[in-house]
Formats: sequence, C-alpha cells, structure tokens
Amino acid sequence: MIEQLSWKVGGQQGEGIESTGEIFSTALNRLGYYLYGYRHFSSRIKGGHTNNKIRVSTKPVRAVADDLDILVAFDQETIDFNFHELRDGGIVIADAKFNPVIPEGKGVALYAVPFTDIATQLGNPLMKNMVAIGATSAVLDLDAAVFESVVVDTFGRKGAQVVEKNMEAIRAGAQYMKELLDGSKKTMKLAKADGKRRMFMIGNDAIALGAIAGGARFMAAYPITPASEIMEYLIKKLPDFGGAVIQTEDEIAACTMAIGANYAGVRAFTASAGPGLSLMAEAIGLAGMTETPLVVVDTQRGGPSTGLPTKQEQSDLLAMIYGTHGEIPKIVMAPSTVEEAFYDMAEAFNLAEEYQCPVIFLSDLQLSLGKQTVEPLDYERIEIRRGKLMNGELPPLPDKDNFKRYEITPDGVSPRVLPGMKYGIHHVTGVEHAETGRPSETAANRRAQMEKRMRKLEHIHFPTPVHKQLRHEEPDLLLVGFLSTRGAIEEAMERLEQDGVKVNHAHIRLLHPFPVDDVRPLVEKAKRVVVVEQNATGQLANLLKMNVGHADKIASVLKFDGNPFLPGDVYTKCKELLAQWPPLKISAMM
Amino acid sequence: MATFKDFRNDVKPNWCPGCGDFSVQAAIQRAAANLGLEPHELAVISGIGCSGRISGYIHSYGFHGTHGRVLPLAQGVKMANRDLTVIAAGGDGDGFAIGMGHTVHAIRRNIDITYIVMDNQIYGLTKGQTSPRSAAGFQTKSTPHGSIEPALSPLEIALSAGATFVAQGFSSDLKELTSLIEEGVKHTGFALINVFSPCVTYNKVNTYEWFKERLIKVSDIEGYDPSDREMAMQTVMKYDGLVTGIIYQNKEQKSYQELVPGYSEAPLAEAELKMSKEKFAELVAEFM
Repeated sequence: MIEQLSWKVGGQQGEGIESTGEIFSTALNRLGYYLYGYRHFSSRIKGGHTNNKIRVSTKPVRAVADDLDILVAFDQETIDFNFHELRDGGIVIADAKFNPVIPEGKGVALYAVPFTDIATQLGNPLMKNMVAIGATSAVLDLDAAVFESVVVDTFGRKGAQVVEKNMEAIRAGAQYMKELLDGSKKTMKLAKADGKRRMFMIGNDAIALGAIAGGARFMAAYPITPASEIMEYLIKKLPDFGGAVIQTEDEIAACTMAIGANYAGVRAFTASAGPGLSLMAEAIGLAGMTETPLVVVDTQRGGPSTGLPTKQEQSDLLAMIYGTHGEIPKIVMAPSTVEEAFYDMAEAFNLAEEYQCPVIFLSDLQLSLGKQTVEPLDYERIEIRRGKLMNGELPPLPDKDNFKRYEITPDGVSPRVLPGMKYGIHHVTGVEHAETGRPSETAANRRAQMEKRMRKLEHIHFPTPVHKQLRHEEPDLLLVGFLSTRGAIEEAMERLEQDGVKVNHAHIRLLHPFPVDDVRPLVEKAKRVVVVEQNATGQLANLLKMNVGHADKIASVLKFDGNPFLPGDVYTKCKELLAQWPPLKISAMM
Repeated sequence: MATFKDFRNDVKPNWCPGCGDFSVQAAIQRAAANLGLEPHELAVISGIGCSGRISGYIHSYGFHGTHGRVLPLAQGVKMANRDLTVIAAGGDGDGFAIGMGHTVHAIRRNIDITYIVMDNQIYGLTKGQTSPRSAAGFQTKSTPHGSIEPALSPLEIALSAGATFVAQGFSSDLKELTSLIEEGVKHTGFALINVFSPCVTYNKVNTYEWFKERLIKVSDIEGYDPSDREMAMQTVMKYDGLVTGIIYQNKEQKSYQELVPGYSEAPLAEAELKMSKEKFAELVAEFM
C-alpha cells in the first residue's frame, strides 16, 4: 500500500501524450485522490519529446515529485530522457513496438507491452494511449471501470461504439499487464482515497473563473503561452454574461482597450506573458496617470526576449513593479496556490476600482499550466466593491465646469464618474493635469497631484499579504518565496525539520507595495533567510533587502534552467548553504 | 436640445492661429448638435500630437491617451457602453505611423465608432519632421535632402482593409466636413474620415491654397456611386487621393457589436457583476 505515486507518460509531441495524462489523472481525481501534474513541452506542434508528470496522493500536493515510480514510454527517447528520475524499485512500461531498452545497474523493471499492436488489433492504433492506461491500472491494481466515466466524457460525442472500443483497449492493456506481472510483487496499490469529487484544473482556469466571479465582463488579449487559456475560457463563458472578448492585433491594443473599457465602467482586463507585458508598459503608465482601474495578468515564463516560452521562470518580478516610465501607484500581487488564484483574481478587480490604479496579477508557468486538484471554491466569499464610483444622479455643476475627477482627497482616491453620466463631464489625459482633468504644468499642481496619486497605496488593505507558516519563535531559517514554489518549499521545510533545523516559511502574496510590517519581524527573528526563486539574479531577495534590510543574513537559492523547483532541490541547496554559512557565494544556483 | 455652443468649453486651444484643426473642432461640435446629442452622451478619444489635444477643447467626455493608441482606447470605450457616441481623433503620425497596425485592424473589426484623422502631412508638435503622409521629396528637419519614402494612401489602405465607411474632408469646407462627421456617426460600423488639416507653421507645401487648387468632390464626378468599392478605389488612385466626400460606404455589413455572440443589448457598463449560486455551481461542475 502506498500513499503517494509519481507517474509519468512521455513520447513525441502530437502523439496524444497530453490526453493520456489527462484521462489517467482525471479518473484518479474522481476517485478522490489529490493530483498535481506538470507538462514538459516545447514550442512546436508536432514532434519533440513531451511528457506529463503526475503525482497522485491521498493528501494535498503542490509540487512536482522528486522521483518517479512509473514511467510510461512511447519511444526510447522518453526512457533515455527520464530514466534518471526513476527510483529504485520503479517500473518502466513501454511500447513493445520500439524494442525498449533500459540502462543497467538500477533496480528498475521494464515491461514491454504491445500498446500499438493491441490497439491496432482492436481497430485503431491511436488507442495505444488507452492500452497504456490499462497497463498502468494493472500495476496500481485499479479496476479498469474507474476510467469509464472519463472515457464517456472524452469520447461520448463520437458515439457509444467509440466509447466501448476505448474501454476495451483499457481492459486489454490491463489484462496483458496482469499476465506480465503474474506472481511478481511489482504492483503498487494505492491507499484508498476519500472518494470526494473535487475540481481538477490548471491555474489559468482558476484565474479565468476568478475573473468572471469578480465581475469581469470584457477582456482584450493577444494569444501567448502560457496565458491563452484565460482568454479561451472567457471567450467560451462571457456570452452567458453579456460580455465580450476581443482578440486584438497586439498586446498594446489589448491593454489599451482594457483601459478604455474600464474608463467607461466595465470591469475589464488583459492577460499575457513577459513579451506582452513589455509591450504594455506604456499603457500601464497611462492607467496609473489617469487613475483608471486596470487588471493585467502576467503568467511568467522563461525570459528574456522569447526566452524559454514553454518553461517555468519567475523573472518578471522587478519589471512588473517598476516597468513603466515615470512613477505610478501600482499593486502587484502573486497567489501561492490555485485556490488563491481564484479568490485573488476576483479581488484584483476590487483593488483596481478602490485604488483606481493598475493591478498586476502575477502567475508563473507552473501555476498557470500545472493541473491539480483544487479544494471547493466558495463563491460566497467573493465581494464586489467599486470604491468611489458614483452612482445615481449627480448634482448639477456650475456652467461648463468639469467634474473634479482628480479632486485632492486625504486618501488620494477621488470620486469617479463614467462617460454617459449627466453632470460628470471631465477630461482625462496622460498629461499632468489639475483636479478637473485639464492639463496643468504648474509646479504646485504637479506636487499636489503626484502626492495624491502616490498616497493612494499608503494604507492599502490587502487581506493576506503574506502566507505564513510560523512554527518557531526564533527559527534557524526563514524560507521565502512567491507563486508556485510554495509546494516545493513546504516539502523541503518538512525534511529540514526532520534534520533538526527550525524552519519558518513566508510566501509573499503582495509584492508591491511591499508588506514591510508583515515581513520585517519574520526576517528579524530568523537567524538566516533563504529566498527561493526561479530567476538568475535573486529579484525577490533584492526586493526583500531593499524593503527590510538585513542583507547580511539573506541568501538565495536560484533556479533558471526552465524546470520547476523540486522539493529535493530546495532541501539540498538549503543544507549546502547552512553548512557553509555565512555563504561564500551569495546564492546557490541549481 | 443642445446647440453647438453647448459643446464648447473655455479652454483656449494651443494650436497656431490658422491651424486646420480649429475647423475639425468646430465640425465635431456642429455635427454633435445636429445629431441631437447632449454633451454627456459624447466621448471624444484622442491621440498624441497637436491634434490629440482636441478632446480637451470640446465640452464632452474626453480621453487623451497615448501616442498611436487612440483606436484601441476608443474601441474599449464603445465596447463598454454601446449607447455612447464615440469619436476618435488624432493626426496622420498617430494613425498612419505609430498606430497604423491599430488603424487597419480597427477598420476590419468594424466597431461602431468614428475616426477622424487630422492629416497635415507633417509632424507638428515635434516641430517639423516627415510623416508617412509626406510626399516623396518632401524636405523637413528629418529629411533635409527630401523624403525618399513615398506617401502612403490612407484611403486605398482603408478600402483594401475592408472598410465600411471611408470619407475625406478639408478644413476649409466646414459644411462638408460637418456633414461627413454626421454621416460617419450615423454609419453603423467603423467610419474613417481623413481630413486635410493644413499645418500653417511647418508645412509650406500642402497649404490651404495647394488643396483648393487640387481637391475635387466625388459628388461632382458624374455617376459616382459610393457603394461601389471598385469605383472608389479607381477614383482614389486616379486623383492621387485628392478627393473629398463619402468615398465609400457599405450599409449592408453588420457592425462588430451586432455579431458578437451574447453581447449585451444594454451598455455593458450596467451589467450585473454577481451571478447566481446555481450559475457558479454550473461553472465549477465543468472542472469536476
């Protein structure tokens, strides 16, 4: 009986690897297991190695597993590329068609199953994926019937016969594998899950759902990896709400169109990745200067330039905080789980309207595309708060006077009216302007308006700016991260604790304005601080030093090879750093 | 009912005396009044440059955005509130250089807004550099030996991009210009109105006189049919773009808003932001 399983399927891109993983994991999710999937893929449509690594557990999991129990291979390249991940006692199930071989000297068993031949005999070689799923189910001692509901959902519209054929392929794979395993003790029976039906989604699904729940009714966007799923979901669903999505000619148009729509009173947003955000920089400045609410999602991927478009990285952080010319108030937030991605995305629209400024909603490829089991989302928790947006009839203004859209107020936020409202006429411009919105270049006005804008975020209310796991009053080590590294850090923390290291963990959810009051005491009480992040220059560590000081006790664990942090990476590097503290080098690169 | 004076405000334009943009401002104000609009029902969205200031000189809602991005901004406004009359305005640099990508796509998208380009064939606010509308050989600070690039033809580009309304006016003919703007606003779909709006300070070639000697009205061309795209294209080419009036109009093509599935009949800005618990449960169930 095992509590946890790490399973990977690999082959050539375009060969159905994704759907194999999808059907396998959806079925297990429906049994009540917690799933965490990560796809390795390339920026091409057909060909090239791709794999889908899926972790199955009876408890919540938020990180890619360090090793592998079962590897399902559709070609030799899959074995060559992934064999090193297999643990002692692991299994390779490979298509007999390519005469698979495995390296010697590791306690790994190879089972050649004629995936393609069995599928061909059943009438369609494409069903080799189903045969592979069946073979896996035999190892796990799962009844092939557990896949039936997913097969029905996947192939139902093609008719009952197609469903039955695919089920037959699963059963045939299972049968063949059972015979191969006969008598051996190679089965890995999973402990029973709780049977609860939970959502199974990628982070982008949660972001998109959160946007609709948060009242977004218009989106303008340009396709890009790894953000496009957000736009695609809204294109499907916004018609139910009277809304619309425009696929624009570029990201400049997307961002500017979202600004126009927000100005006219709709909750509107755009979503992109680094290259798109670079193009949007000027428009984000316009939103800041004109105090127009705006939500922009940045699903970070490997940069710079086109970089590693299908790989994990967290290197846009400082660009998102500082990336527009001049100075504007801006909120930069970063959920640490898929559940938070849903709630925070809805909240982003409240913050944008309450503070009348751009809100950058950060994600990263691992969070955006990793598919995982998600705890029930509570719609009751979603609030709609529109700040100082005026409604109803406005009082008449003296003849031809402008409404004071940029009135100097103690909190810096001015009353907001929408075009179409009688007695609300005012001018909006990216040129420095007076309270009425009319251009003004006087020094006194400049000071007053600049101070007003920057004052808006002095007392920002953000419910949970830091996710904290504080076990010790005075820890040996404080681990700090943001976004999808949370799972890897949490698991590393457990292992370090087992070694007797006292560890606290802070995952920053509000990056800007930086939650100094929340973070400083955590840093002050820790003997050492290690910031774990996926970039080459330690951007979060630098932000931390800049905001709370203590540079002498802050070190970094950095990874920027395109792959997500594994718990073992964090654990090993922390051990190395602690062993040679104070660190000779400031960072331990992967 | 509002008159054109109701669309005036007390801001003194910073345009040079004699600038063609004054007429565009007056024509928008007159057209708005003639169309029976109230000032709060009109949003003038403008780009950057001398012409971009126009949104600040009209008593209506106005948004002066970033250089070249007037159309994305204006389209966003219209998508948010389909009841607003949205007029986008900017210069030839704004619309045909930095913003050309948006211009072509706004034309083919066909959202129901009116786009007025104040075309003076030069960069004025930056004090006299060549524009994509400057003719080959045109001498400016940036082309001291004469421009070696040909001028682009906005009307030909618009026609080939699938425009449903293409017109051209001239600052000296306020009456015609006013009427073109009215027709553009009434047109259901994207209306491009290119206006020869001379720069009296930096363009000593394309002056009022220069245009007066050359421009002809399409209404004076015998048998001219603005619903005939081929005729429109041939006429524009034949007269090197120096024609005014409604060059082309397709009254059959539906606007973008009419084609978006499920798009709210009421202004989207008034949409309900909450959903029922049942609807949320339905969305969630798709991920189970």
